Amino acid sequence: MPVLEKEGAQVWRRRTTGEGMVRWFGWLIGVAVFVVCWQQISAATTWFFVWDAPRIANDIWTRATPPKWEYITQLGRPIWDTLNIATLGTLIALCLAVPVAFLAARNTTPSALFVRPIALLIIVSTRSINSLIWALLLIAIIGPGVFAGVVAIAIRSIGFCAKLLYEAIEEIDTTQVEAITATGASRWQVMAYGIVPQILPAFAGIAVFRWDINIRESTVLGLVGAGGIGLQLSSSLNVLAWPQVSLILVVILFAVVISEWVSAKVRGAII
Amino acid sequence: MSTVRLEDKLGQGWKKPPFVKRAGLRWALIIGFVAYLIAAVLTIEVDWGRVYVGLDRGWQFILSFTRPDFVSRWSDIWEGLLESIMMTVAASVVGIAISIPIGLGAARNIAPLPVYVVCRGIVAISRALQEIIVAILLVAIFGFGPLAGFLTLSFATIGFLSKLLAEDIEAMDRVQAEAIKASGARWMQWINYGVQPQVMPRLVGLSMYRIDINFRESAILGLVGAGGIGATLNTAFDRYEYDTAAAILILIIGIVMGLEYLSGVIRAKVQ
Repeated sequence: MPVLEKEGAQVWRRRTTGEGMVRWFGWLIGVAVFVVCWQQISAATTWFFVWDAPRIANDIWTRATPPKWEYITQLGRPIWDTLNIATLGTLIALCLAVPVAFLAARNTTPSALFVRPIALLIIVSTRSINSLIWALLLIAIIGPGVFAGVVAIAIRSIGFCAKLLYEAIEEIDTTQVEAITATGASRWQVMAYGIVPQILPAFAGIAVFRWDINIRESTVLGLVGAGGIGLQLSSSLNVLAWPQVSLILVVILFAVVISEWVSAKVRGAII
Repeated sequence: MSTVRLEDKLGQGWKKPPFVKRAGLRWALIIGFVAYLIAAVLTIEVDWGRVYVGLDRGWQFILSFTRPDFVSRWSDIWEGLLESIMMTVAASVVGIAISIPIGLGAARNIAPLPVYVVCRGIVAISRALQEIIVAILLVAIFGFGPLAGFLTLSFATIGFLSKLLAEDIEAMDRVQAEAIKASGARWMQWINYGVQPQVMPRLVGLSMYRIDINFRESAILGLVGAGGIGATLNTAFDRYEYDTAAAILILIIGIVMGLEYLSGVIRAKVQ
């Protein structure tokens, strides 16, 4: 226990002098890094615009309200597309994520030395690149449209689903697997009766959770041309039709809230 | 639940129990889902000719990962990457600093009801709005540049971190906090010695995770003019310079992997 001798009496302290110094230097370096970063950001900023910001914000607000409600008749199809992008993308991702997860989990992988690193690489590389970047790439490759959006969402979701799924597989109860193996089951039977029933609730939870995230992400995919309601948002922004923009934002907010509600309900029912 | 007698079951084959117990609900779900899938697939227009033409370009892109070009646009890449990192650092520091008081306010066992409602409201707004949409609005208000990106990421950090911090505080052990209070501690001392040590490991872990997310998000903010590597990446795609794009993507994946490894080390040390 670190104590300080003060006039013969021992006073309790939280840290020794050395620990305190290390901490102090850590904070010093952290603050210095932050100040440097802030200076760079501030140097790249046109401060005139920032001082002018309240007026601009007020101006945009007056232009954007009230939302142009009759525009909603043109939003039916984009919303349907957005829903499809999210749902089909999630389904494709799940189909691809299941084998990857089984290959990546330590207790089910056929080869921890060769196959597992490849599976982990797939997980990391698909996870660390945002769906908008995937969409940009796919639009250059397969052309703009809803299909590019579906594929972009699917690729982005593989890593996420596979990571959560393989963690669930690694945490299964081995006694059940052993019991199935003891009955003389083959490798696939062990998987179907020993492992799958244990991870099924986790799988359903992950699927709904990712679907919820994908609804959010698919609303903005249109900004780069990959279909959905983002397409309307970007064209409205381009012609500065602020009443339409505000209506689209309200619709997106509504969709996000509903999808979150659905996912919370379904997960509550499963778990 | 009706009791099942062993004698009734003897001699009958065993089947896996279905995932959804009520048969009517199960079939309704299956039929509805299949109908939706058919409708969804039918409404997606895929120009297979265009996809076929694009496959060649896709292959070119995959090939370019084997020979990424870091050199010819290095100054652009370096500038964008540095800006992304600076935005990430500054936004994470500011976002975490703001989200701690809001997280305290959003925990029902610490905050009085009015404070709780206000803080939960802030969290809900921040979580419902997509980063990229916030970025569009902030770019319109504050002008192009990293300041808009910095503000966007800070705003998004608040929603994420405050919510999870508040949940952790709500789940803490009351006994320790009460012991500190019984020793006659003031409110600040109570938070500092009764609450903070309990939530600190999780707060550090979540902060590291959020830094990771912030970096990934900062890579796309450039698409809407909010600074960072995204603008460089977008230009590379537009000019079909796949080798430069591949170099940028490899850098992003590498940094994300590095951050993930670092956060794993730090989390293991803290817990």
